[in-house]
Amino acid sequence: MKILVAVKRVIDYNVQIRVKEDNSGVVTDNVKMSTNPPDDNAIEEAVKIKEAGKATEVVAVSIGEEKAQETVRKALAVGADRGILVKTEGVVEPLSVSKLLQKIVEKEKPDLVFMGKQAIDDDCNQTGQMLSALLNWPQATFASKIEIKDGKLEVTREIDEGLETIEINVPAIVTCDLRLNEPRYASLPNIMKAKKKPIEQLNASDLGVDISPRIEQIKVEEPPKRKAGIKVSSVSELVQKLKNEAKVI
Amino acid sequence: MSVLLIAEHNNKELRPFTLNAATAASHIDNDVHAVIIGHNCEEAAKALSKLEFIKKVIQVEAAYYENFVAENFAPVIVKLADNYSHIISSANTFGKNLMPRIAAALDTSQISDITKVIAPDTFLRPIYAGNAFATVKSKDEKKCVTIRPTSFDACESTGGSASIEKAEASEEFSKTKFVKREEVKSDRPELGTARVVVSGGRGMQSGDNFKLITSLADKLNAAIGASRAAVDAGYISNDHQVGQTGKVVVPDLYIAVGISGAIQHLAGMKESKVIVAINKDGEAPIFSVADYGLEADLFEAVPQFLEELNKLNTIQK
Repeated sequence: MKILVAVKRVIDYNVQIRVKEDNSGVVTDNVKMSTNPPDDNAIEEAVKIKEAGKATEVVAVSIGEEKAQETVRKALAVGADRGILVKTEGVVEPLSVSKLLQKIVEKEKPDLVFMGKQAIDDDCNQTGQMLSALLNWPQATFASKIEIKDGKLEVTREIDEGLETIEINVPAIVTCDLRLNEPRYASLPNIMKAKKKPIEQLNASDLGVDISPRIEQIKVEEPPKRKAGIKVSSVSELVQKLKNEAKVI
Repeated sequence: MSVLLIAEHNNKELRPFTLNAATAASHIDNDVHAVIIGHNCEEAAKALSKLEFIKKVIQVEAAYYENFVAENFAPVIVKLADNYSHIISSANTFGKNLMPRIAAALDTSQISDITKVIAPDTFLRPIYAGNAFATVKSKDEKKCVTIRPTSFDACESTGGSASIEKAEASEEFSKTKFVKREEVKSDRPELGTARVVVSGGRGMQSGDNFKLITSLADKLNAAIGASRAAVDAGYISNDHQVGQTGKVVVPDLYIAVGISGAIQHLAGMKESKVIVAINKDGEAPIFSVADYGLEADLFEAVPQFLEELNKLNTIQK
């Protein structure tokens, strides 16, 4: 079985997001970038399946600017066998990403495609579902447990009401929740080894997909500022304020 | 053209966020129709027809719609989509799972999790877990939009008298089978929708000490949250995590106990209406977003908090 894992390069989750002064977006220059957190879970799961002898190859793919190569390289350092980078410039909407991934799937013919359930930059939560629609494959979103059972996957999904279990035929798309596993860290020897693993580079334009944006971003603003609060001197003052001033208890 | 709302339900009753989504739909256009797809969902369809704003209900029935599998639902909506300019659902796990499948089939770039309708083609939505807000305009002819339920009031559940029409089911998608659903049976409100959230951080020092948080949450009928630090330290399971990599919550009252206020935590709670911080470090960043800050040792302050609450005649539920 072959597993394709899609990874996205995003601003690190520990970085304080700053909005550009001209409101055209958020500041990304000289900002620490990392792999989108649930994409790390996706890679981890694929590598674990391979280590358990149930997959033969794990291929990491990223779509983005040249530097997204670092994100692919990181996936290679934690166990992916080879990488693909589809180079794009500017904003690529989830619909376009899923069309590009569809082309990669047609070429690579994986049995499973894994990715994080949501990217922490645009917070769209669309790509996996869109890709499965385009391929007409089953989808298991928000996965917190995956079991492989002869040609099928049993997936436990995190839903608002609790947990749901579904069984899907392979080939399939799985989008991963943070609860799926505990991603490993790359060891230094594995980081060195990853430098020798191949990364195939493609240009989005070579894949024959129209990826021009359909959504115009008019402006990006800071969230409304909270007005300065006060310090209370005792618990009784706190409770009194909550009861009589804020009226929330 | 009209707006098509996708109702969320459990075949007997509507799920509450359908009412918030109906309000959001009404901000786009007056002519809101609602589709309900299910199995023996007669009662829920009737409830839907009585909602404020809903002019027409389309009911689609089949045994394989019983468990809301997106692969089965999407083709039904795609078939109905010709008559509508917008397709709307709430951005909870139901809508998040379903809408992109519809949008891709319609070749539409979806707009997720909007908090405001600015114009029928222009919406406000949080990005970076609410650290920024983007105003976006859709150039697609047909718009697929999911709405953040807590940003729109629930509509009235009575007063409407929409007609209920039946529409034909689509073919079954046989490659996905529902197995089971385990609903969390808890008297405690769900973290994502609770009116009050009490969260503990690394300052709790142990999992055992989280019982202080539990007692306070019991008293206030609150959900229990935690910072990533508390989850990483193993004090509590990660389904309680509030923050950029956990849940984003917007309760009326958020009480942060022993939480320093890392950026990633603030991203998940700073839209709460009233924030209380209890921390012994007066310089902790959590105080910068707190409406009421108490610089104190939590192991003294929380028991006192419980005592003070016990003195009150009534506590809002």
